[in-house]
Amino acid sequence: MTTTALRKTPLTSLHEATGARLVDFAGFLMPVQYEGILEEAKRVRTKAGTFDLCHMGRCRITGARREEAAQFLVHVNIEKLKFGQIRYSFFCRADGTTMDDVLVYRDTDEMFFCINAGNRARDIAWMKEVSARYGCTFEDLSDQLAMIAIQGPRSVDTMAPLCSGDLKALKYYWFYRGTVCGVPAMISRTGYTGEDGFEIYFAEKEAPAIWKAMLESGKPHGVTPIGLAARDTLRLEAGMALYGHELDDTTNPVEAGLILAALPHDKDFSGRKAIEAMLARGPARKLVGFTTASARVPRQGYALHLPNGGAQVGVVCSGSPSPTLGTNIGTAYVQSAHAGAATLDMDIRGQRHAVKLQPLPFYQRAR
Amino acid sequence: MNPKDLKYTETHEWVRLAGDTVTLGITEHAAHALSDLVFLGLPKKGDKVSAGKACGEIESVKAVSDINSPVDGEVLEVNSALADSLGDITSDPYGKGWLVKIKLKGKAPASLMDASAYDKLVAETA
Repeated sequence: MTTTALRKTPLTSLHEATGARLVDFAGFLMPVQYEGILEEAKRVRTKAGTFDLCHMGRCRITGARREEAAQFLVHVNIEKLKFGQIRYSFFCRADGTTMDDVLVYRDTDEMFFCINAGNRARDIAWMKEVSARYGCTFEDLSDQLAMIAIQGPRSVDTMAPLCSGDLKALKYYWFYRGTVCGVPAMISRTGYTGEDGFEIYFAEKEAPAIWKAMLESGKPHGVTPIGLAARDTLRLEAGMALYGHELDDTTNPVEAGLILAALPHDKDFSGRKAIEAMLARGPARKLVGFTTASARVPRQGYALHLPNGGAQVGVVCSGSPSPTLGTNIGTAYVQSAHAGAATLDMDIRGQRHAVKLQPLPFYQRAR
Repeated sequence: MNPKDLKYTETHEWVRLAGDTVTLGITEHAAHALSDLVFLGLPKKGDKVSAGKACGEIESVKAVSDINSPVDGEVLEVNSALADSLGDITSDPYGKGWLVKIKLKGKAPASLMDASAYDKLVAETA
């Protein structure tokens, strides 16, 4: 156990009071589980659930050249983003390796970023450096703003009575500024579960009241809080990358399957040359999805071998039972020559278990 | 909280000593911490086991843990009924959730804790 005190979110005491199991996640004391991982995952697929995401990083760049600064940070064409639009992207080093994966928000007066908890410190250092190059102001708002998500088919029904504006009309990966429970908020139709839902940002001190109001409003719809463990299962089913698993300091977004074709713009950004070089020559390894009929759950680091005692050709990134598919699922990096194989063998402590490769995502909601 | 007639290990196994027969299971605390169990790997009848060494593994949705033998000996019997009812480990860890019976070789280690010492350990780690 670590001896440094874990940071708490404005909701930690509420989680404790409801009997959630709390664990250290990226230095924060976070709810990993409430009623059970599989139950919670099913709830999000069939009803909806709320997520405390206050541990994630939230920051903004302002100033006349904010969009140029943002453009250097991410691979998407900022100019093409409409005000109120959001894109998923990465912070890449010059060699194309990923520092983090992020959401970038374009607003009329600022560029807003949501970043991973585990990478906050170094992301902030990097964004500060880039902001300064463009004479922009960088602000880390992580401690001032709370972040709560609601995910699942009943999200709109739960949130509409609490929010200003036309929540239903908000498109996926768009946001607007309005109010939640009368509190000024940024309302974003995004998420990390493969379901419809929202991620909401507002003043930190309002978090307990808004959390309670969301659960109250969601009660008739079967809404309950969801822990980080179920969130991991849900994002894996939806084929979404988790930094530290599918992405890390050694991966390039091309091999992760997140940039598949030539970039549709000529904007310069950190890592562009390396990404284009990898696109041109093709990645040596590729991220694949797989299922296994084995009772054993795939885990990060397990080796994947060619069948019949063959050589190792891959390594597992993530794994979980999938309550939605009813089987165990995983992701892995596999040598490109073997990424199209039908089956491979997963080594678990010397025993081989057959896995079936299949395209990501495992789950896509009906729209 | 934990039965008084059992002994406990620091790695959250429980032990019932009856003559030279040792019954082994995992504690309620361990079962609760693991939650949603998906796989149990137990030794076979006749396998030799050593005190403090892994003799099996138990897997939940989130993690794989070793099951350590608290004693030196030989496996007499494994609870094969659990293969179809892993939930018994969670719902009845000291009864139907027992894992293996071991024929004790030599003496049980003095390091095994009694219930009050184990309660204290759990309270400290909670």
